[in-house]
Amino acid sequence: MELAVRHQTTYRYATPANQVSLLLRLYPGQLDCQQIRSWEVTVNGTPVTEFPLNAFGDGEGFYHRRGAFSEMEIVASGTVATQERHGIVSGFTQEVPLPLFLRQTQLTQPDAAIHALARSLAEPEPIPRLHALSARVREAIAYEGGATTTATSAAEALALGRGVCQDHTHLFVSAARSLGIPARYVSGYLLADEAGHALRETHAWAEAWVDGLGWIGFDATNGLCVTELYVRLCAGLDAHDAAPVRGSVYGTTEIGIQADVMISLAAPSGSQQVQQQQ
Amino acid sequence: MSFFEMHDPEGSVRDCYAEVQRWIDDTGVAGLHRRLEEAEAIFRRIGITFAVYGEGGDPERLIPFDLLPRIFSRMEWQRLDQGIRQRAQALNAFLYDVYHRGEILRAGLIPQELVYQNQAFRPEMIGFDPPGRVYSHIVGIDIVRTGPDRFEVLEDNCRTPSGVSYMLENREIMTRMFPDLFSRGRVTPVDNYPAQLLRTLKEVAPPACKGDPVVVLLTPGSLNSAYYEHSYLADLMGIELVEPVDLFVEDGRVWKKTTAGPRAVDVIYRRIDDDYLDPLAFRPDSLLGVPGLFHAYRSGGVTLCSAPGAGIADDKAIYVYVPEMIRFYLGEEPILANIPTWQCGTKDGLAYVLEHLSELVAKEVHGSGGYGMLIGPKSTAAEIATYAERIRANPGGFIAQPTLDLSTVPTLGEAGVVRRHADFRPYCLVGKRMRLVAGGLTRVALTEGSLVVNSSQGGGVKDTWVLRD
Repeated sequence: MELAVRHQTTYRYATPANQVSLLLRLYPGQLDCQQIRSWEVTVNGTPVTEFPLNAFGDGEGFYHRRGAFSEMEIVASGTVATQERHGIVSGFTQEVPLPLFLRQTQLTQPDAAIHALARSLAEPEPIPRLHALSARVREAIAYEGGATTTATSAAEALALGRGVCQDHTHLFVSAARSLGIPARYVSGYLLADEAGHALRETHAWAEAWVDGLGWIGFDATNGLCVTELYVRLCAGLDAHDAAPVRGSVYGTTEIGIQADVMISLAAPSGSQQVQQQQ
Repeated sequence: MSFFEMHDPEGSVRDCYAEVQRWIDDTGVAGLHRRLEEAEAIFRRIGITFAVYGEGGDPERLIPFDLLPRIFSRMEWQRLDQGIRQRAQALNAFLYDVYHRGEILRAGLIPQELVYQNQAFRPEMIGFDPPGRVYSHIVGIDIVRTGPDRFEVLEDNCRTPSGVSYMLENREIMTRMFPDLFSRGRVTPVDNYPAQLLRTLKEVAPPACKGDPVVVLLTPGSLNSAYYEHSYLADLMGIELVEPVDLFVEDGRVWKKTTAGPRAVDVIYRRIDDDYLDPLAFRPDSLLGVPGLFHAYRSGGVTLCSAPGAGIADDKAIYVYVPEMIRFYLGEEPILANIPTWQCGTKDGLAYVLEHLSELVAKEVHGSGGYGMLIGPKSTAAEIATYAERIRANPGGFIAQPTLDLSTVPTLGEAGVVRRHADFRPYCLVGKRMRLVAGGLTRVALTEGSLVVNSSQGGGVKDTWVLRD
């Protein structure tokens, strides 16, 4: 499947900023499940070149500018060919030590409730067990936008019982790690959710390590393993670690961020193009 | 009875202290006290202070100085010198290894989780080759003496060990006040340390550097407890002292803002914790730091000394394995011994420690500066019970060691020479080659019988001599 992506993030400042630095993890990797046909990241129209792969094997770019400007427009766009590989994510060029992904962070630190949830999984085999975990996560945290923030931890989201994909993913990796299963947080794009609705924002899911198979992508929010509808940007220990855009601004305050993701089938020429945007 | 470094077992003055003994006899106790007052007046005038965290009071308190030098013979130093270099080399080899293939973990010599799940291990450093493969450019090793021939390592400091300014100042003041003691040239000088440090820093210039490397010292600012040392060292090296706000990153390089326009910086001797180096790379909630600094480093535009993540080598849970590192990477036997250490994170260790806490010294794995430790024999039953609860709540966060019979050094007391416990911190420099100034910082517990030498806990400092013959 060929997916065309345009991901735009716009920052607006109260007064013109005099120094802006951006760390951009907006470069999907070349993997067995996805090949990059074309890709470009720009900030206010200027292309941002990619650094060597970071420690997690993901692409990164860095943008810095001094001067006076009241708006930053970050655009990542291109075409990615994806394959259905039953959730298996492979083809990484960089080896990261697995035990690293057992490390909990402030956002994933399990409390008694998370330990209990993890221990309640009866399935002895790894894959059914992870599927069961994914289902339990979805049951425990009802999808509700705006109930949590980017600073909400897995334990807090579980206690609240409401949240979004970030919270599902934090809870999934927290519980998996507490069971001794290496797990990581992944940021990326999804063509459409289970109901067929187009997503207008970045998505998050988890990858868990299964011996003999490798990394497997679990999207607890949608209750399935990753498919050819997913484009993977980057991974980390938690949402902070895998944030597609991190910024640092001097001399002003932010008055608004607007993110917009448009993802559609970039069908080969001649065939019909399915426009997911409304 | 602790080993008193001034005397041999028969109670006579050892050769290396003979001259100092004569000086003490000639000057007399009253005379020494007069000279000490003079020394303190000079220190106050120069303004050497060491702010103490968490104690309130005067942040610019003068650290007590003791007039009587601590002396090592040439033979003693030779062994220390070899042992310190060996350790600094092994620690750097370990750092390279854990950020690459992790051979020592694969070999099963160190438990993987102790490294990879440790907050001091920085995943961002995986696969990166710092210039010269050096991570810790200044290794401060805390050593105690427990007998005439026995030196043991208390802990390693691989990040940004402080205190070297006292080594330099203490010597400076001693030579200024007592030129006669140094006139025969028997005491090895230490005043070449700043030049050697600068040479070391220049040796690890990044690939992007063309010509003579520009080195700066990065300080968190004047509120930092070691700010005096930062400005003092920058001054002695003739380099600029900068704060994060003075630097910015552009085109993959680090620039210092100057009135004449931006000037490229090649090497940063940073005295700032990893967390506050770069808000984009490490702590998104931090307002401190230089955005993009870490990426400039990783892409070869600047060198950070020490490397981010160097702290994994001096973690107290890793300390236990340094002798294994020396055997594994260097194929040598450790010259300096480790202190036997029980890890509360292990089942056996926890059981032993809880049972023997009244005899042990217990410490937090991630603590430093003598805070949050328990000295069993000097604590009340209630203090021990409270501490045991803390250990039970988080066993992996604690280690314990036997109470050591630390040596004592001659110290000026009210009525004459008294014996006080001391430790020793030399500073080993690691660039393309290793450099070690013959000396270091001797910290002394000024209270009789006290084993805590930290300046934050009422310890003092004294000059340290290494004799040439």
